[in-house]
Amino acid sequence: MYNFNYHRPTSIEQAVEIFIDSEDASYLAGGHTLLPSMKQRLASPTDIIDLSGISSLVGIKSEGESLVVGALTKHEEVATSALVSSEIPSIAKLASNIGDAQVRNRGTIGGSIANSDPAADYPAAVLGLDATLVTNKRQIKADDFFVDMFETALEDGEILQEVKFPKPDISVYKKLPNPASRYAVVGVFLARRNSQVRVAITGAAPSVFRAAELESRLAESFSVDAIENVTLENELMNDDMHASAAYRASLCVVMTKRAVAEVLKIS
Amino acid sequence: MAREVRLKVNGDDVFERLEENTLLVELLREKLRLTGTHVGCDTSQCGACTVHLNGRAVKSCTVLAVQCEGAEVTTIEGISSSEKLHPMQEAFSECHGLQCGFCTPGMIMSAIDLVHREETLSESVIREGLEGNICRCTGYHNIVRSVELAATKMRN
Repeated sequence: MYNFNYHRPTSIEQAVEIFIDSEDASYLAGGHTLLPSMKQRLASPTDIIDLSGISSLVGIKSEGESLVVGALTKHEEVATSALVSSEIPSIAKLASNIGDAQVRNRGTIGGSIANSDPAADYPAAVLGLDATLVTNKRQIKADDFFVDMFETALEDGEILQEVKFPKPDISVYKKLPNPASRYAVVGVFLARRNSQVRVAITGAAPSVFRAAELESRLAESFSVDAIENVTLENELMNDDMHASAAYRASLCVVMTKRAVAEVLKIS
Repeated sequence: MAREVRLKVNGDDVFERLEENTLLVELLREKLRLTGTHVGCDTSQCGACTVHLNGRAVKSCTVLAVQCEGAEVTTIEGISSSEKLHPMQEAFSECHGLQCGFCTPGMIMSAIDLVHREETLSESVIREGLEGNICRCTGYHNIVRSVELAATKMRN
């Protein structure tokens, strides 16, 4: 791994200042994507700005109609939080199935979302629940946040501070994990709030996306049969050594059906 | 530029001047000569480098030493005395939970964290809980038995 300058600011303002003064800086959250990427020389920042000294970025609270999770909150903290389990249990379950135990002890929700890995789990919950991403500059709606593979609406130096999840009536996350990495081959986050249905799919395409046809069919009739004949275009899907585009397109519908069946079972 | 780092390792104060890109596992093995912690893959997959950072299992190949400022680290050397093995070590010995032994330090550190965090341990909970540790010899069967036995010992 190339060497770099290491910084550990204690406030957001300090962190941003260091970012501006550096040649090519990266923020460090849990480090479970950044550090392996640096070892492989896929990333070589001149400066690492470790956000772990900023205590305001950690924590989980209920605020009116929303569950608010600090960006530096670790997967294990979300998975075992009594508050998350009672307010939006699907998020606790999602977090408990990310990677493995050691990864969950280091990885953070903000790191996962800001990285926007096409196969990461959290982006599906953010988009499925119509969450709001709060940064040091502004609030960004989930629909405007995920741009492309590893690309978000975050600007250079902008820091994701917290995620506001509106509480749904009911939500579930169904993923088919890659048996080696536990990343999602396809993961479907299904949420219902009032009469609205949202279906956010991760793992399948370059970035998490909403499946409009699945949503409208389910809004009309919330049943497994309602989406029986839906097909997604293979051209939109990723095609790699883990799964072909056609298989991923098929999985999108299959995993949505499983999500619908689970919602019907628990509601 | 080198940077000074203070932390506790197995209860002892450690104060070292390190290059920023030093990994926690490099500090442990190369500076402190605690070679019980192994490097298998160096890509955060295999879990051979697992240690406890502030009480929780982490892969020490994916943590910078400078991130551990003020932290408490426990390695395989720190869980027992020379006279008496940790119950998890005893159980691995009794149940033949290792063959070549390369993965064992990491496996034991993960398994101790697993017993601490899970109230009830079924076979599937143990298998899922050790997903971050790879063993290429045993087929995991005796490792699961070892953890079941150790959990009983640790709770008595």
